[in-house]
Amino acid sequence: MTESNHPSPKSLTDLFVSFTILSLQGFGGVLAVAQHELVERKQWMTNEEFVEEWAVAQIMPGPNIVNLALMLGGRYFGFSGAMAALAGMLAIPLVIVLLLAALYGQYSSHPAVIGALRGMGAVAAGLIIASGLKLSNSLKSNPLGIPLCIILGGISFICVALLRWPLVFVLLGLGSLACVIAYRNLKQ
Amino acid sequence: MIGAPMLVLNFADWLSLFSHFLLISLMAVGGAVTTAPEMNRYLVEQQHWLSDTQFSSSIAIAQAAPGPNILFVAVLGWNIGINTGGVAAALLGVFLTMTGLLLPSTILSYLAASWGHKNRDMRAVRAFKQGMAPIVISLLCATGWILASAQNNSAKDWPLWLLTAIVSVIIWRTKIHVLWMLAAGGILGWYGLV
Repeated sequence: MTESNHPSPKSLTDLFVSFTILSLQGFGGVLAVAQHELVERKQWMTNEEFVEEWAVAQIMPGPNIVNLALMLGGRYFGFSGAMAALAGMLAIPLVIVLLLAALYGQYSSHPAVIGALRGMGAVAAGLIIASGLKLSNSLKSNPLGIPLCIILGGISFICVALLRWPLVFVLLGLGSLACVIAYRNLKQ
Repeated sequence: MIGAPMLVLNFADWLSLFSHFLLISLMAVGGAVTTAPEMNRYLVEQQHWLSDTQFSSSIAIAQAAPGPNILFVAVLGWNIGINTGGVAAALLGVFLTMTGLLLPSTILSYLAASWGHKNRDMRAVRAFKQGMAPIVISLLCATGWILASAQNNSAKDWPLWLLTAIVSVIIWRTKIHVLWMLAAGGILGWYGLV
């Protein structure tokens, strides 16, 4: 990938602030917002690059979105960049979630609050599906070819969403098959 | 909170809390949320440090709050500390669960990602990233599907499904900001319309 031809974070502070803003918009999960902020708004990466980084973030142990922040921060400013992005992602949201935990007892049975959380939960699910759909554009140039991408994607959706198999089996099983085919199809 | 256990934890207990989360960190391939059942088994069933209600409300709080869902782990640590009787203990709980969960995976991911970036032109690295692409994209859709079906009462909850479907299409097809959608969902839910 080439970083030179698109914008990049200016400093550690820029990284920290950007990831804090990104994280604070992430109700019900940060991933959908991450794609929107990093690809569409900041343009630090393209959809193709986002998918590639996301593949690594997903296969490594630990929270995916935290891994993504680490990788992106580390890319530009080494270890301190990774820490700045990580701190941005977690610090202020951590304070907010603990305040909410302390308040939760008083509002947990309020029907309007429960309803609002249900509504926001349904929207959050839609946001994640939408980012999957947006990123599927990036498969056009994939060495696997579009038909095989659809088959592999379809099978993993059925295994995880419908059959509820553990994610790790799908990643390791189908994933290694896909990597072997991609390796064969890529020219040296 | 109702049913919350009263605890007295000694040094060895805190240490085993920390070391258990170190272990969970390395098991969390494919996302930390996949290890929630294991945390439930350890904290609720084995150690009785949290009630089942406390466990599930911790997840609900983290999902309602801005930020990564993984912060539910901080809420778990907070509630364990509160069960022993104080804010100081709660902060210790947060510190132990969060660093336990993040430390091993962070080091490993950072090293692997730097190596992968240095060798990004290597055929195997390119094959890995390109080969995984269709699968991780489909897993995103699967995650959304699973979140949407958490309300599992199709007769009553079809408006929620409809809302999820409409939001997916709008966000996919337009440039509208996600916060507008979340606000709309919150308002619809507040007035009991979904």
